Amino acid sequence: MSILVQSNTKVLVQGITGSFGAKHAQLSLDYGTRIVAGVTPGKGGQNFEHNGHTIPIFDTVADAVRQTGATASAVFVPPPFAADAILEGADAGLSLVVAITEGIPVNDMIRVKRALEGRSTRLVGPNCPGVVTPGEGKDSQGGCRIGIAPGYIHKKGHIGVVSRSGTLTYEAVFQLTARGVGQSTCVGIGGDPVNGTSHLDVIRMFMADPETHGIIMIGEIGGSTEEEAAEWIARNGTKPVAGFIAGATAPPGRRMGHAGAIVSGGKGTAKAKIDAFRKAGIGISPTPSDMAATLLKMM
Amino acid sequence: MNIHEYQAKQLLKQYGVAVPSGDPCKTIAEVRSAAERLFSSGHKLAVVKSQIHAGGRGKGTFKHGFQGGVKLAHSVDEVVVFAENMLGKVLVTKQTGPEGREVQTLLVAAAETIKKEFYIAVLLDREKSRPVIMASTEGGVDIEEVAEKSPEKILKEWIDPAVGLQAFQCRKIASGLGLKGDLFNAACKLVAGVYKTWWECDASMVEINPLCIVEGPDGKENLVAVDAKIGLDDNALYRHKDIQEMRDLAEESPLEVEAGKFNLNYIKLDGNIACLVNGAGLAMATMDIIQHFGGRPANFLDVGGGASKDQVSAAFKIILGDPGVKGILVNIFGGIMDCNVIATGIVAAVRETGLKLPLVIRLEGNNVLAGKQTLKDSGLTLIGGDSMADAARKVVAAVSTH
Repeated sequence: MSILVQSNTKVLVQGITGSFGAKHAQLSLDYGTRIVAGVTPGKGGQNFEHNGHTIPIFDTVADAVRQTGATASAVFVPPPFAADAILEGADAGLSLVVAITEGIPVNDMIRVKRALEGRSTRLVGPNCPGVVTPGEGKDSQGGCRIGIAPGYIHKKGHIGVVSRSGTLTYEAVFQLTARGVGQSTCVGIGGDPVNGTSHLDVIRMFMADPETHGIIMIGEIGGSTEEEAAEWIARNGTKPVAGFIAGATAPPGRRMGHAGAIVSGGKGTAKAKIDAFRKAGIGISPTPSDMAATLLKMM
Repeated sequence: MNIHEYQAKQLLKQYGVAVPSGDPCKTIAEVRSAAERLFSSGHKLAVVKSQIHAGGRGKGTFKHGFQGGVKLAHSVDEVVVFAENMLGKVLVTKQTGPEGREVQTLLVAAAETIKKEFYIAVLLDREKSRPVIMASTEGGVDIEEVAEKSPEKILKEWIDPAVGLQAFQCRKIASGLGLKGDLFNAACKLVAGVYKTWWECDASMVEINPLCIVEGPDGKENLVAVDAKIGLDDNALYRHKDIQEMRDLAEESPLEVEAGKFNLNYIKLDGNIACLVNGAGLAMATMDIIQHFGGRPANFLDVGGGASKDQVSAAFKIILGDPGVKGILVNIFGGIMDCNVIATGIVAAVRETGLKLPLVIRLEGNNVLAGKQTLKDSGLTLIGGDSMADAARKVVAAVSTH
């Protein structure tokens, strides 16, 4: 098993005809992911063609779900329309919506998060690289890739990776694969201050997943989801966890690229997070170059 | 994005929050007529406030020796004398750094008699993913200190975004601040106005400190926002044309403004090893690893996930615009983006700028072999790094011996 998605998960792409959405839909198809539908309002009835694949395009997510049985979606819709697209996915009964879009206004996400309360749809992101469950083929092909992560760096295996940063996720995955160690699922939860899935949500899933034997948790300055996850791990953790926190050298009060990466009012510092990791028995990677090595030493 | 105090007060006023009467002034002539209006309408005291995006203005010192970026004045002439010492002069406060900021605008406003000071702010509670209103009877002081020492003195009211702020929540805050009668009613209206400002302007923070009970020239008490600070959500600026116009480029680092034109995310720091990275998380981590090996990062620079040759070239010019830079570390994990495009961009940029500083490059990912070959074939003196750690060690060593 794995978490969130498996190789047979049927995926639809919201915003499949935009250049960004189209490019990554193609890469996911090449990876072997079961992309079964695209959604672009006004283009229903057309097809998205790539390398012998013919993917039907629908006007609404509800139509796409009804006709293809898709259960997960990737949102590549521009920021002003992204909140609406996420809620449309939830309304259509998708079990997973992965929002890749960067730059959604915080107030839009506050409303989205409230509207998702009590619903069965899980939102991952926004402003995230997405989710990858590697497959068994060459360069991990045949897996499920929702989003923008490079599929080929993965390898099927037993380490779960969760991170707020895309490139640091790739860095960790690359370090693991280079050592011949595969991954169960890699989840980018995104760099925004209001997101659908927290570190803790993913950690709980990894702890419950029999195929995941160890976890790399990557955090960064801002907010307190790393501390929250660490506290839970201290009490309930059953598997080795190694972590890295980015931003120890970031000046306070400045937003470091990600909308959520900011130390404000003395809160959300790298030091506080590293201390929380240490207290919870999480292995601390001294540099971003040692994430895989730190975990493997614990296993 | 941050805006000036006078702009924050303009926004608050639009939402029904009372602010002291006054005007922003860019010239001495404007200062004089603003002061004349205040004194002729019965005010006995005026305040002259330097408008810069930094705190600690009152206790700041101008580079020419004049003390205080906020001054109380009893007459039009006194206002003008203060203004002459502030306008166009450089103010240094504990938040500006030693280089200070040039004061280009003054707010000349009525200084009414303050009877009591409060604090009120609206911001995002990240843990709850909801807006929170914070209010306190401890106004006019550092609120973080209050939160630390006596958290019970801070009232908090979370807003359910499904229904918005409710009137009873405003009443709870007014009551919690100990207000009665007309002031109670004024506080309810003010809380609603402050929240509405936050929500409708897509603010990241609205803070009024102090919020004051003041006695006007007519002896009547009222609640007035004596100082105000507003930060805006950059991601929502596209739907606020009026607020976009409030941006003051003079308050931002010129290199950061230049970087923004190329969609590069650059933040200047005070170290000597520059870095050029793709991805915000990796860029932060690269700064960290430079420090881990004993170096000092000169900047944060994220060229993004789809950097073009032109962006790489612009990034080099921006990095080199910082005279403190003594070495450069390029750290690219090109998952999807083509490493050879980056390599071609680096070679072009090095040639174009005639770079003499040590340059360490760690390139990994898509089409990396072609990228490394391009670097090799260029004939330039470049130092390769096998991993982030290896590259960081090499750039620290190169800078210390250069």
